Amino acid sequence: MGDHHHGPAKGLKRWLFATNHKDIGTMYLWFSFAMFLVGGAFAMIIRAELFQPGMQLIKPEFFNQMTTMHGLIMVFGAIMPSFVGLANWMIPMMIGAPDMALPRMNNWSFWILPPAFLLLLSTMFMDGGGPAFGWTFYAPLSTTYAPPSVTFFIFGVHVLGLSSIMGSINIVATVMNLRAPGMTYMKMPLFVWTWFITAYLLIAVMPVLAGAVTMMLMDIHFGTSFFSAAGGGDPVLFQHVFWFFGHPEVYIIILPAFGVVSQIIPTFARKRLFGYDSMVYATASIAFLSFIVWAHHMYTVGMPIAGELFFMYATMLIAVPTGVKVFNWITTMWQGAMTFETPMLFCIGFVVLFTIGGFTGLMLAIAPSDFQYHDSYFVVAHFHYVMVAGAVFSMTAAVYYWLPKWCGKMYNEAMGKTHFWISFVGFNLTFFPQHFVGLAGMPRRIPDYALQFADFNMMSSIGAFIYGSSQILFLYNVIATIVAGKPVSENKVWEGAEGLEWTVATPAPYHTFAVPPQVR
Amino acid sequence: MQLFADNPILNTVTKLVAVVVIMFSFVFVVMVPLYNVLCDALGINGKTSGERYEAVQIQVDESREITVQFIAMNNEGMPWEFAPSRTMMRVHPGAVNDTVFMARNPLSRDMVAQAIPSVSPARAAEYFHKTECFCFNQQPLGGEQSTEMPLQFIVDQGLPRDIKTITLSYTMFDITEMAEETAATAVASR
Repeated sequence: MGDHHHGPAKGLKRWLFATNHKDIGTMYLWFSFAMFLVGGAFAMIIRAELFQPGMQLIKPEFFNQMTTMHGLIMVFGAIMPSFVGLANWMIPMMIGAPDMALPRMNNWSFWILPPAFLLLLSTMFMDGGGPAFGWTFYAPLSTTYAPPSVTFFIFGVHVLGLSSIMGSINIVATVMNLRAPGMTYMKMPLFVWTWFITAYLLIAVMPVLAGAVTMMLMDIHFGTSFFSAAGGGDPVLFQHVFWFFGHPEVYIIILPAFGVVSQIIPTFARKRLFGYDSMVYATASIAFLSFIVWAHHMYTVGMPIAGELFFMYATMLIAVPTGVKVFNWITTMWQGAMTFETPMLFCIGFVVLFTIGGFTGLMLAIAPSDFQYHDSYFVVAHFHYVMVAGAVFSMTAAVYYWLPKWCGKMYNEAMGKTHFWISFVGFNLTFFPQHFVGLAGMPRRIPDYALQFADFNMMSSIGAFIYGSSQILFLYNVIATIVAGKPVSENKVWEGAEGLEWTVATPAPYHTFAVPPQVR
Repeated sequence: MQLFADNPILNTVTKLVAVVVIMFSFVFVVMVPLYNVLCDALGINGKTSGERYEAVQIQVDESREITVQFIAMNNEGMPWEFAPSRTMMRVHPGAVNDTVFMARNPLSRDMVAQAIPSVSPARAAEYFHKTECFCFNQQPLGGEQSTEMPLQFIVDQGLPRDIKTITLSYTMFDITEMAEETAATAVASR
């Protein structure tokens, strides 16, 4: 480091050769928001087609590509990179580190992402179209019956997996080695804790995903028969391998969201987080349990009864640590001096809606009733309650919460609250009716539906358009803040906020904690 | 364990990279074989179990008749004409039944093939015993030659009563190259 503190390089080079954790975090955040809009646009196409029964706007083949790409882009392009971006920005500032442990690898793990997604999106313009086999790409749909472009899809998944693995190694290395003196593990902010555990999950399961797509590649091009029954393989094996990755993956998405909420609620309740230790242990138990519940995604493949029972009980066990977390958030708010700024509104929305999603998850965990719910819109409603109202709401809360610290300007509170209420109403209007049509038997991933589902689907579509357009308001608010927001000068933007990131100047200087702070 | 005592970050990274490599290998080295072993052991997913059938006292169950259907398919690029001589048989559980499959190699060169069986419904797999089957061996066939390939099977008396139809399907694979390689290495190692 030395004495001379240099600012950022000028122009494009600043971003292309970025090694500063704040610059890379910013790029991650903007990239993921762009992907969020792309994936959102695909969702709008899906909802427009489902506005009325019958085939209205698009061909079924294209509809299948839309559902597939919407899922892939939202999971791998929007939610995951957005939390990686947040980790890049906040973890060094929260633990008193000058930067991430491996700044050059950090640059690489970001810059291989945009090409991976350009490749993925470009498959839609290739012969036979893009991936149309669902984001879970079950074999043999994704092998024997896949469009020729599937090889590009496989390569894309390899690259984005590599990016996630590098990002996670960086986070673990940072947390283990660069904590400020006095910052013991049990003093780390919960956002750091949840990301620390998430990074381990990523390191453990992204290679499994890479293994699954490698087997697909070998089946398609090198004459192996991992997933082909005709050659002695088994398509069900694919589902086991995929969900062995896939179930930890859903916690990879939600654990950082838990961390964000655990930072924000104490700030606006003006109380310390209730049960810090139990939060840490609950996060760790959820991470452990996530490895032994994968087959609850595939109750209907014909498992032995003992298997169904094991996965059912193990899955229901996850409700215990999750319940601890919800209890702690509510208890933190209890008798606190609460105010309802935009980040807090999104967090309360998170707690309420995520809990609903958790309960529908419990319903789905029960093997005998899952035979009815399986592959219906009930499942769609369930995972959007945990993915959107869970991960996306908390990410939105995080942006409002830390934006003043990042750019030194305050966002427009009235516009933020409007964004929340439009999102909240739009989201529930979209997904609550899907519980009903799902229980009544409407299957997912089909471009047409029976007439009796027409009214609820029209409500869903209207809700989706409302929710979708509210994100434009969000984008406008963020840009308006950066360009012409009201300047903030206090280090501690929110009076109830705690933590090292609030001890640095506002806006956060390009280099922070060149000299490590002493944590008491 | 301190691999790089002077550089703790490199130390952490090395361990984490090792985890990544281990987890990637885990898929191929552990998950796939373990899955196959479990399916064999539990007799699920239509894989006929590898255990030899010990003939129990022959008791032909005349009280019911099971329909056994035969399907023959070629794997991609396999040119053989491959078909069952009869597409369907009605058999009594416990009785020994014989049938043949016909194969013809339409090319002018010698070829070796291997048939892979599959039984559905999957639950019936453990009750379907093949006492003699062309799928036990590789099938060499000269250019433009035809052959009849025998199959002898017994449907177990213990077959659940709700199963009335069993479908046995074979997929024929071209393994000429693989067989030649094995022969070549066998000669070379001699």
